[in-house]
Amino acid sequence: MSKKISVKVCLGTTCFVMGSANLQELIEIVPAKYGEKVEVSGVPCLGLCSIDWEFSKAPYVKVDEDIIKEATVEKVLSAIDNKLKEC
Amino acid sequence: MAINTPKQTSHLKREILVRLIRSFLSENFEESTRLIPYDMRPKGSEVPYRCCIYKERAILRDRAVAGLGFSIEETDDSTLLSELAHKALDRKEPEENPLTVLTTACKGCVPARIYVTDLCQGCVARPCVNTCKFGAISVKNGKSVIDPEKCKNCGMCAQVCPYQAITKIIVPCESACPVGAITKGDDGHAKIDFSKCISCGKCVSACPFGAVHEKSQIIDVLKAIKSGKKVIAMLAPAIMGQLPCTPKQLREAILKLGFSDVYEVAQGADVTTKNESKEFVERLENGAEFMTTSCCAGYNELIAKHLPEIKPFVSDTKTPMYYTAEIVKKDHPDAVTVFFSPCVAKRREALQNPNVDYVLNYEEVGAWFIALNIQVDSCGESDFKTEASAEGRNYAVTGGVAKAVQTLLPEEIPAHPVIIDGLNKQSIRDLKRYAKNGVCDIGNLIEVMACQGGCLGGNATVNSYKAATKQLGAYVNESKSIKDTENDTVQK
Repeated sequence: MSKKISVKVCLGTTCFVMGSANLQELIEIVPAKYGEKVEVSGVPCLGLCSIDWEFSKAPYVKVDEDIIKEATVEKVLSAIDNKLKEC
Repeated sequence: MAINTPKQTSHLKREILVRLIRSFLSENFEESTRLIPYDMRPKGSEVPYRCCIYKERAILRDRAVAGLGFSIEETDDSTLLSELAHKALDRKEPEENPLTVLTTACKGCVPARIYVTDLCQGCVARPCVNTCKFGAISVKNGKSVIDPEKCKNCGMCAQVCPYQAITKIIVPCESACPVGAITKGDDGHAKIDFSKCISCGKCVSACPFGAVHEKSQIIDVLKAIKSGKKVIAMLAPAIMGQLPCTPKQLREAILKLGFSDVYEVAQGADVTTKNESKEFVERLENGAEFMTTSCCAGYNELIAKHLPEIKPFVSDTKTPMYYTAEIVKKDHPDAVTVFFSPCVAKRREALQNPNVDYVLNYEEVGAWFIALNIQVDSCGESDFKTEASAEGRNYAVTGGVAKAVQTLLPEEIPAHPVIIDGLNKQSIRDLKRYAKNGVCDIGNLIEVMACQGGCLGGNATVNSYKAATKQLGAYVNESKSIKDTENDTVQK
């Protein structure tokens, strides 16, 4: 088992209003499901919404270096599953 | 349905609001507004939800009409968004009915009825046939068949089927409306009867196609600020659980939007608590069996339109919004006042109160921060001039109002609170019964909240219910009790 997968849920204002408010549950779900293998946290603005004014693609979540646009709980969990398969 | 489930429809509504605000702030408001549907669905772009790009644009256009504050029902399809943007600038006051239905977005759901699915096994026991009081079910070709002429949609057959093969098809808006105000019209699309509507906003939350919109007043507020008027924000308690920042940072963030000052409505809630607890004692001493609270705007509309018989039992104390607006207008007679609301019902209350000029909901406030690129958690902190109590700040949570009133009651007159956590057909029947009997069998202080979970469950909230409760709870816990605060601003 290599290093932990890191999941960063953007809780900047744009992401929060556009939907990451509802992604906060990941912070409880992920450790319960994956234990030590995945590290999850809510983080301040990742700056992704201001590139080309892409606020409409918020909320953003980063799984390691991969950016998930219009993130949902389901999208994030499946991205983690894919990462774990690669390991 | 769980409170505040994540929805793509909210995403769309908020995106429209951000774009409208950006358009207002741009060099050419009218033209930028006209282009919103095209910016969101440019030529060749994906069509995520509807049959074609033209339908998507038509619906986005209608969402923008509501965002500009107009009724879709009363707006001609041929009117350009640019014309409406112009008209919005000329508007002197908000339109009366706060909701509008987008026929373009409405699916025209199949009518509500009981439906036998293919899972029916044509069993020998036939509990459906035996249970139906109306003789509407018979078995034909080995399957149960419902006679629509006789069926009363009671749903008993669905309950008794051993295979769960009978289902009740619902129309989400109709099913969510506690007073039968939204129904499918002759054309199959939803229509609101405003003589019945209590503006509770349940249809807004329930429609999976996002076809019911609040008519926004955001342009009116932006205009007031741009014209250099003194515009003052009044924050309903629920907002303290809505955005990722501290209440003091939120105050600063709202000042950055251009507001001159920011008041907590919890300050007015403290006046409500003081008056309402006195009133409770008086009423019980005069022989009343129970009293209901009076701060929820949806409940007050319910009383006026559907439940006049409960009026004698409803507290005469005014709402926190009323007292706060009174204080603000006294401090600043020349100011434009804006109430920051978790729900649509407060728009109706504001229309009836000359001290409240406009209402913004939390989706609109959030969209405004996005449009101006304000990071609320990077803002500085500043204090509210009047510190509200823990009890006042807790009004937004179900049970909070009754608890506040209880805090100030003398020991010899204890309250036995009954909490109506959300208006629905059942809780309205209960209230009717209490009014008819003149007594409530399970308590004497009835707190009524139109939304499940209280204001934190309002239709225009942004944060998830659980997180909002936690965040607001932390703020309440660090606040002083109303018993210990001395700023007695009671005025009745």
